[in-house]
Amino acid sequence: MNYELMIETFPKLLVGLNITIQLVLISLFVGFCFAIGLALLRLSNNLFLNFFAKTYVFYFRGTPLLVQIFLIYYGIAQFEFIRESFVWYFFKEAYWCAILALTLNTCAYSSEIIRGGIQSVSFGQIESAKSTGMSGFLLYRRIILPIAFRQALPAYGNEMILMVKATSLVSTITIMDVTGIARLIIAKTFSPVEIFIVAGLIYLTINFIVTRLVNLCEIKLTPYLRRVN
Amino acid sequence: MDFELLVLGDEGWGDEMLRATLVTLMVSLTAMGIGLFISIFGTLSKLSNKFYVRLIADVYTTIVRGIPELLVIYLLFFGGSNAIMSVAKLFGYYGYIELNAFVIGAIAIGAISGAYSTEVIRGAFLAVPRGQIDAAKSVGMNKFVIFTRILIPQVLRYALPGLGNVWQLTLKDTALIMVTGLVEIMRQAHVASGSTYAPFTFYITAALLYLILTTASNTIFNSAENWANKGVRRA
Repeated sequence: MNYELMIETFPKLLVGLNITIQLVLISLFVGFCFAIGLALLRLSNNLFLNFFAKTYVFYFRGTPLLVQIFLIYYGIAQFEFIRESFVWYFFKEAYWCAILALTLNTCAYSSEIIRGGIQSVSFGQIESAKSTGMSGFLLYRRIILPIAFRQALPAYGNEMILMVKATSLVSTITIMDVTGIARLIIAKTFSPVEIFIVAGLIYLTINFIVTRLVNLCEIKLTPYLRRVN
Repeated sequence: MDFELLVLGDEGWGDEMLRATLVTLMVSLTAMGIGLFISIFGTLSKLSNKFYVRLIADVYTTIVRGIPELLVIYLLFFGGSNAIMSVAKLFGYYGYIELNAFVIGAIAIGAISGAYSTEVIRGAFLAVPRGQIDAAKSVGMNKFVIFTRILIPQVLRYALPGLGNVWQLTLKDTALIMVTGLVEIMRQAHVASGSTYAPFTFYITAALLYLILTTASNTIFNSAENWANKGVRRA
């Protein structure tokens, strides 16, 4: 084991950490906002909207993320009318393609998680809210969504970890995140074990922090389940 | 879009894509098999009384589930041959050994799949009520008979939905081993789009092939679950 190489590699990989965290935070935040909308579409009685949400989720959950990334980054360029229009400024950057793909992907998974949360809200609570005169937006904002989020939090924590891992795929479209830099150094020094350990530790640390934060949120959000000592 | 690129035969890439689909399926099945094999030992170690045995299994599942799949593949892709060669040296073989991409891919995805399967099967084991094992002991069954008659049938039933999820993950993870050069769906689509300048056509085809695979396996797992649960009473 070459410890010097490991110590040397660590700061180099931290440069990529910046990109990894940006990708995770942006795609999780935007994906979550759209996921609420998608979950509501999925639960709506309008057949067309329901079908749209179903198809969207079916496609993004049934295909590998790598296909989705390649389809956006390499695939879009096939169409000349896109290459000549202003959206090309967006699609020619690997960074924005990566964010788009990750966002669309996490949106599909999160919407299913949120839908599960919304469906777990008991009918009695909705009924009593209605009986006090709440309806529409107010009902969702005060009663349904808070309960749904609390219910969905553990599953969403898993999704966050999956996203941290998923960002490593952007290294295949020339973005230098932690995995991208690790690959480069492995190819140069040909000592895969050492680099793997350092890069792996970085990812494990991020995931450890994420699980701790989710746990903390869970404890904060469920005061009624706390044991009285 | 030009769908003539996808005809079968010499002019189109259709037959190449279909062959690649077969490779994807083969890698997934091999990886799932390796994963299930690992998960037997993983489960037994996780349920063991010995602290160090439990620790090893815990470290394995935590690391593999917390680290990007791509890194695991790179580790085996760049380090697999060296590791095999150093084992071979212990047995007195000093030649150069190169693992082929299929083996590396199957082992890497199998190791990942094994970590998830371990958790699923462990959960299924713990779901069997302890009272049933006590009852089996009281009628004079020995450990082996308890295992084959009481535990295995129920563990398989409880584990089936979870293993279905693991299979879907495994199937989709095989797309990542295109980085090792194995010609599965993604690699084939990559090669084809490189030589025809029609990336969208080929990647959308790849996506459709994956959708067919995941939907078909979903149907199979659903009917398997129905078959396994036919003796269970439902309210």
